[in-house]
Amino acid sequence: MTDKNLLNNDRRDSLKNQYVKYTYRKAILIIVLAPLLVFLIGGAVSIGSAEVSWGQIYIAIMERLFPGNYQASRLSWLVVWELRLPRVIMGLLAGLGLGMAGGVMQSVLRNPLAEPYILGIASSAGFGASLAILLGKGLIGGQYLIITNAFIFALICSGIIFAISSGKRAKPDTVILIGVAMNFFFQAMNTLMLYFADPDAVKTAMFWMVGDLGRVTWQNIALTTPVILLCCTFLLWKANDINILDAGDDYAISLGVRVPKLRITLMIIVSLLVSGIVCFTGAIGFVGLVAPHICRIFIGGDNRFLLPAAGLLGAVLLITADTVARTIISPAILPVGIVTTFLGVPLLIYLIMQKKG
Amino acid sequence: MKLKLKDIEFTYSSVPVLNKISFEVQDTEFIGIIGPNGSGKSTLIKCIDQILKPQGGTILLDGETINNIKNNDIAKAFAYVPQKTDTVFSLNVFDAILMGRTPHSGWRNNQYDLDMVEKVIKRMNLEDIALRDIKELSGGQQQKVLIARAIAQQTKMLLLDEPVSNLDIRHQLEVMDILVELVRDEKLSLIMVIHDLNLASRFMNRIIMMKDGNIFAAGSSAEVFSETNISQVYGVDVKIIEEEGFVHIIPFRKAVCSL
Repeated sequence: MTDKNLLNNDRRDSLKNQYVKYTYRKAILIIVLAPLLVFLIGGAVSIGSAEVSWGQIYIAIMERLFPGNYQASRLSWLVVWELRLPRVIMGLLAGLGLGMAGGVMQSVLRNPLAEPYILGIASSAGFGASLAILLGKGLIGGQYLIITNAFIFALICSGIIFAISSGKRAKPDTVILIGVAMNFFFQAMNTLMLYFADPDAVKTAMFWMVGDLGRVTWQNIALTTPVILLCCTFLLWKANDINILDAGDDYAISLGVRVPKLRITLMIIVSLLVSGIVCFTGAIGFVGLVAPHICRIFIGGDNRFLLPAAGLLGAVLLITADTVARTIISPAILPVGIVTTFLGVPLLIYLIMQKKG
Repeated sequence: MKLKLKDIEFTYSSVPVLNKISFEVQDTEFIGIIGPNGSGKSTLIKCIDQILKPQGGTILLDGETINNIKNNDIAKAFAYVPQKTDTVFSLNVFDAILMGRTPHSGWRNNQYDLDMVEKVIKRMNLEDIALRDIKELSGGQQQKVLIARAIAQQTKMLLLDEPVSNLDIRHQLEVMDILVELVRDEKLSLIMVIHDLNLASRFMNRIIMMKDGNIFAAGSSAEVFSETNISQVYGVDVKIIEEEGFVHIIPFRKAVCSL
């Protein structure tokens, strides 16, 4: 009896400490994911169709980082610096961005089905890209024709959604429905255009839309890195406000949060982030939906922990999927968008069944 | 803190909900807003907290119009307790209550915020569920968490929208006692929308009785709770009895004459 009382008292005294410990436990997922990611990057660079030994791979990396001390073969240098590393780094950036974007959209639109492409960014970017591929015309020409066209059409689509929904105080249901409508509109536009196009061009356009890391160059990475890092930093900075949005619009307003303005701002940042990824890679599906949900199962809904974890897990999933895509029917390479979906669906269903049971 | 409402009007999609509502609230008042469903009670407290912007009239907070006060300062003046939780994703009770500290804190919560939350959790007897997901709790436990969250916000006034409707009678009395203590010990003012007339009569200093967006009657419970008032506002025949110094309302049947 006295033992039990002591135990109770002890527990009561440390309520705050219990909470602090409980909260730090959430950081464990982040602490586990970060080194895993580094390990995966190393692994992904070492695995592929070309017959290059692991030793050669790391000599090639060291040669670039510390010139003069190492001498790599021409083949290994090419494989690492021109073929594998760009797509692995883009996988890291895109996975990070899509994972966080998905987590943010779910809270901002108060809907577990929300994902980075819910505002029609994938189909509008796809339409912009098809337009450039089929007609060879765009708002900016040259080597960035397809990329800029995809980026601009993605932003046009988001712009239309914000213009319509801000008149309605940016209610989540309104935004989602307008997003769905825009999605269908751009899909129909795309189909209409492909219907009359030359078969080779249609094939190129279709491949563009599946989502692939293979066409990424170092210049692309240099362009997209600041966009992705700035957007992600902004979203992390707003993590507390995103938590409050999840508690309901009325309550958020009563805490002094300007709800319509915050919601629109967050959606603009997410649109910029996702457009900045999609225009280089095409629409890589499912990472943005699966990564935040898997993290929710383990650490709950606090966005200060959820967003970094979802970003890291997104990168882990995407790099893994891309490595599988490069090697599973080697030397042929599958588009990573197909693999993320094939890997993500059973994983998510398994985890949800586990939780309910 | 003094709150003054003057001619507040609110229209929802061209249907008038509030029609020139005026009243004043002094320090340490416990005010109950009663009235039938759809009489504008919830709208009224949302208008006070600026969750809804009234189309007409003025709200003065210590003599200053509320339109000139910054959002964050309004959040330091009023804490709002909604009818039910509205979270979509999981959120534990401690974090939910910590959210009430938002107007006072930055990106990370400091030790004072955590101590404050711990104190409120103990006061509301929520220790056993402090780390549970709020969505897994019963309706009554959720309501206690929402009230705890408002107390943690450390405002001069609480605006509560039917905060005890899902509690059993024992917990209703427990929560009402805590609220009365807040009014007495910490000099708060409370405005509470409530359907239970007997609870209102027993615990509140002043009753505002609403009908169709107007104040039908206002005053002490003995003044407001008359058989004619209740019959005219609710369309119900009741018997009023006095017991231990409180007015009690016993409903009989729907009134035949009015409505």
